Amino acid sequence: MEHIRTTKVEQVKLLDRFSTSNKSLTGTLYLTATHLLFIDSHQKETWILHHHIALVEKLALTTSGCPLVIQCKNFRIVHFIVPRERDCHDIYNSLLQLSKQAKYEDLYAFSYNPKQNDSERLQGWELIDLAEEYKRMGVPNSNWQLSDANREYKICETYPKELYVPRIASKPIIVGSSKFRSKGRFPVLSYYHQNKEAAICRCSQPLSGFSARCLEDEHLLQAISKANPVNRYMYVMDTRPKHRMQSWWATQKDIGRIIVRISSKIWNDEKIRESDEKKRLNAMANRAAGKGYENEDNYSNIRFQFVGIENIHVMRSSLQKLLEVNGTKGLSVSDFYSGLESSGWLRHIKAVMDAAIFLAKAIMVENASVLVHCSDGWDRTSQVCSLGSLLLDSYYRTIKGFMVLIEKDWISFGHKFSERCGHLDGDPKEVSPVFTQFLECVWHLTEQFPQAFEFNEAFLLQIHEHIHSCQFGNFLGNCQKEREELKLKEKTYSLWPFLLDDQKKYLNPLYSYKSPKFAVLEPNTVSFNFKFWRNMYHQFDRTLHPRQSVFNVIMNMDEQNQQLEKDIKDLESKIKQCKNKQTDGILTKELLHSVHPESPTLKTSLCFKEQTLLPVNHALRTIEGSNPADNRYSEYAEEFSKSEPGVVSLEYGVARMTC
Amino acid sequence: MDEIEFSSTGSGWGPRSEVLAVGWGNSCETVRWLLPRGLLNSCPAGVASCPASSCPFPSPRSPRLTLLESVLLLGPRPTTGGMEFSELIRTGRAQAKLLRGPEAPPLRGTLCVTGHHLLLSPGPQGTSDLWLLLLRSVDSIEKRVSGDSGTITLRCKDLRVLQLDIEGVEATLDIARSIEALSSLESVITSFPFFYRPKGLRLGDAWHFHPPERYYKRVARETNAWRLSEVNEDFSLCLSYPRAVIVPRAVDDDALARCARFRQGGRFPVLSYHHAPSGTVLLRSSQPLTGPQKRRCAEDEELLRAVLAGARPGAPGFILDTRSAQAAKQARVTGGGTEAKAAYPGWKRLHRPLERGRPLQESFVRLVEACGDLEQSMDGWLSQLEACHWLAHVKEALSTACLAARGVEREEACVLVHGAEGTDSTLLVTSLAQLILDPLSRTMTGFQELVEREWIQAGHPFQLRCAHSAFSHACPKHEAPTFLLFLDCVWQLGRQFPLSLEFGEGLLLALFEHAYASPFGTFLCSSEKERCLCEVRTRTHSLWSGLNQPKVRRKLRNPLYVPNPLAIWPSVEPQSLRLWQGLFLRWIRPPEPSQVAWEKVWQRLASKEKTEGCEPTSKPQL
Repeated sequence: MEHIRTTKVEQVKLLDRFSTSNKSLTGTLYLTATHLLFIDSHQKETWILHHHIALVEKLALTTSGCPLVIQCKNFRIVHFIVPRERDCHDIYNSLLQLSKQAKYEDLYAFSYNPKQNDSERLQGWELIDLAEEYKRMGVPNSNWQLSDANREYKICETYPKELYVPRIASKPIIVGSSKFRSKGRFPVLSYYHQNKEAAICRCSQPLSGFSARCLEDEHLLQAISKANPVNRYMYVMDTRPKHRMQSWWATQKDIGRIIVRISSKIWNDEKIRESDEKKRLNAMANRAAGKGYENEDNYSNIRFQFVGIENIHVMRSSLQKLLEVNGTKGLSVSDFYSGLESSGWLRHIKAVMDAAIFLAKAIMVENASVLVHCSDGWDRTSQVCSLGSLLLDSYYRTIKGFMVLIEKDWISFGHKFSERCGHLDGDPKEVSPVFTQFLECVWHLTEQFPQAFEFNEAFLLQIHEHIHSCQFGNFLGNCQKEREELKLKEKTYSLWPFLLDDQKKYLNPLYSYKSPKFAVLEPNTVSFNFKFWRNMYHQFDRTLHPRQSVFNVIMNMDEQNQQLEKDIKDLESKIKQCKNKQTDGILTKELLHSVHPESPTLKTSLCFKEQTLLPVNHALRTIEGSNPADNRYSEYAEEFSKSEPGVVSLEYGVARMTC
Repeated sequence: MDEIEFSSTGSGWGPRSEVLAVGWGNSCETVRWLLPRGLLNSCPAGVASCPASSCPFPSPRSPRLTLLESVLLLGPRPTTGGMEFSELIRTGRAQAKLLRGPEAPPLRGTLCVTGHHLLLSPGPQGTSDLWLLLLRSVDSIEKRVSGDSGTITLRCKDLRVLQLDIEGVEATLDIARSIEALSSLESVITSFPFFYRPKGLRLGDAWHFHPPERYYKRVARETNAWRLSEVNEDFSLCLSYPRAVIVPRAVDDDALARCARFRQGGRFPVLSYHHAPSGTVLLRSSQPLTGPQKRRCAEDEELLRAVLAGARPGAPGFILDTRSAQAAKQARVTGGGTEAKAAYPGWKRLHRPLERGRPLQESFVRLVEACGDLEQSMDGWLSQLEACHWLAHVKEALSTACLAARGVEREEACVLVHGAEGTDSTLLVTSLAQLILDPLSRTMTGFQELVEREWIQAGHPFQLRCAHSAFSHACPKHEAPTFLLFLDCVWQLGRQFPLSLEFGEGLLLALFEHAYASPFGTFLCSSEKERCLCEVRTRTHSLWSGLNQPKVRRKLRNPLYVPNPLAIWPSVEPQSLRLWQGLFLRWIRPPEPSQVAWEKVWQRLASKEKTEGCEPTSKPQL
């Protein structure tokens, strides 16, 4: 609280982000310990959580006041005009302090109290049980077992305690392999496909050095391939793009030159092998620096595969470009599409999707196990493993299953949520929208397979909201070890039970879980299937959204159907009763009454009528919201009064005579 | 001719000679009767010929003819001179394999070219129905010969691409030449609609609404300031207007005649839409012929004054010119121009340039080209989508329509829309504005009436604009996808307001198909006058009666429609507009998932109806 100097500022204007005519709402701005609150003259409230604030800017003073622009991590952008500069300065400074906390203990989750007692809270944390999940997949079994090697986080700090490895891989092999892998992240099981007996494994890049090899690591990979009784070959997927490795090589000129000299001696005449040689040179260059990828010569039965997903820095600047384009006032269609293209965002999404499809196909078609890695094995690897499992296993497409998937491949395997989301005031270069990309890929899948997912878009948006909100403990910290040290389970609440309680909001009415068509998803990644996700990046710009929602109507319809079916059953059972009694030969007065017009039949039909009115009202409301003043072409309408002053002037969408 | 019904059953073909004799007799008479009056020159049915061999097939949706029967129909027939279809048909039949895209399995059988159709009979062992393609819907044809077989690629006007593998080089070339010749026939009265006699429809009861008259009834209920004028009864004032138009009551027919002389093509300002809540109107016309001398016309000025006087007192007027200010000024050199400010007190001019003509056609061609390339990278696709500018045109059209609608509703002003000829972008703006403002035009019937009134009767030259679609190699002369742009804008509205339109995407797709090639007569010719000359109404079937058959209509309905009495204001931001995949990628990708989802919605609705035990709540208005 010591950061808050001003708690309330009146006569603040909230500008419309896309309006070119400085249309605004006037209201009061409140600053609380956790939120920034704006209440406009229509009593509409806009709440902004401090942790959601990515950037606060104070622009140059104008005649109407001091502009304050706040950009949020959930892509909300608000533009206030505070009448007095001093107030603006106070709020600006307070927000700067409040939005960047230095310690975990100052985050909202540690003070958030949803009025639950301790046992309820613990139950909430136990909702997702990963041991249960591995059991569902069918491990441990004769080929895979639970390893206790990382019990005290001794081998790898960023891995969870419970790790599943091939049964024939002994502890020394695991330890040896972990020493050979960056950050000790040795190959472990991520997903086991019960029918195909194939596995998705994950690890980090090998520290192979110039010519170093690690027998234990080779053994471990062999063990993984042996754990698959059908196909002895396994894929090793490096999710990094090849050209990255090449450009990286260019920076290592000296080493490079030496290698070229050596290699030119060896393969001087064999021009045919040139391309092959180049590939090898790159690999060698990487190995020289102690990083790189597996040497196919040393590992038996592996096939090496690059898939080109760019690194976190490329992704960060790509999103930055995308947001810049979309934030432009008076954006033309051409600028939008050329901006979308130059940002490369959809290209990156497609790359992630393609990688996941490759993985799923390797398992479904070739029955092969796959080992996925990138550099550290917690960003791109998480994306590809989780998306691949989502394609393969319909369980992950349910609400509960999706939570499990996030807990398994993202939280427990050490995706650095706190650094990637910038929860604390830290290195801005560690921030990257890796998880957002994963959600967007899932959204694209829901668009292509509208019946394959139990949840809807709102669920994805809600999860995205909470990875930044720091309201719940799930996404705090960077790995399980850190979370244990923070005692999150004792001090904070888990998000999942709250989402499950609100399940109704997140259900996809078109979900058909029975359909065998959707057992394994085979998405088509032809370019025109990738669209800009408006509801994510313009979630708060209501004017850009469709004005009516089909989902809501279908949901209502479903409810009505259920209600009516229930009524039918009730009535049928009543008729049966009647018949029984009639056969008894007794027709009581009471029974006559029940077939009277004022029986439940009429009541249900009445209740039905009332319900049918609901969507209509809803439609009315939304359409009223879509008045032309909200839209950009309203600005064209100002031409109505431009060249001939004194005819009409437009303000707040109301025409007024001025002369 | 009106009572004749062809059926495909055996008995139907029995008295073939009689039936056809009646048919031919009539058509020949018509032609002869037309000739002396010298009207054929203005009629696009330029070639005065009697169709010698033609195929009065039933609807292509129920092809139950055997090959033998259809070939019988093509046999030699006594003719009265002139061109014969049989002269254009080089070969009777050939063995072929048909590939219909990645989804459908290939068809094998005997290929046959008839006067109006290409048909493929699956042969004796085949069990499936005859496959039929209207030759008129072929946009471009490409032949390739190798060895002793050939390949013909047909690109259709509905953006479908078909491939025919034909045995025999000669046969391939002959068939290709026949298709080429028959698909580009320009004569209207020998076109298929004049021979199409579907089961279940009868000639005569087809054109069951007469929009200007019918719309006038609605206007008359609401205001007394307008009247229905039959000044154009003989099309002498304006070639492209219908017989009846709605004009201010205060202006008499003589004044209208002088007014017409002041407007290009005689298209004087007429009422397009009366907005009852504000009591103001939307008008359309063509450009005034001010010319370099800045001519004026007292009657034209009087007419617009009368419009303002008839509306709410003090209502302002806006003239929405769909050209840029500069283009409008330049038009003076060629005799056109714009309304001078001083001459029309109370009216203010706005310019919103809309693309038309060749650039629009090129945009369409480029977009279809881009959609056909499945292999391209993400960046390539996005840059092509940007470079074709199609969505930019959609945005401009929608925002201009919104501006016009806003003028009528919010400013409570009268709005006159015109460009140069007033037959393209003008109609685009007025019809979209009505859709935004008028809840009745969002119903199934209302929308069909809107298309009939604001496009067909208002003189959009369909015959010229839709002569070729996106695949034609011919240099575009008059082709422009203005109507398609309108349908795309309606689709965007439907996407933003999924509950407010009574019809679904199906109706829009059907209109697109039929505008370019149709067995129905609705979209034939370029104006009412031509349609009268060709007797389209009495001799062809109306698309509307085809679409309003209960079975068809049900499929075109939007199951989620809820009547919505308010104006629907769409968002025109680029983020809110989407490529109409259902049309542009219809034949390229597998059925869009949303369609699958829609089927599920239908299922639910069906179960709802079952539980409810009655028809769904929506009732057609009007």
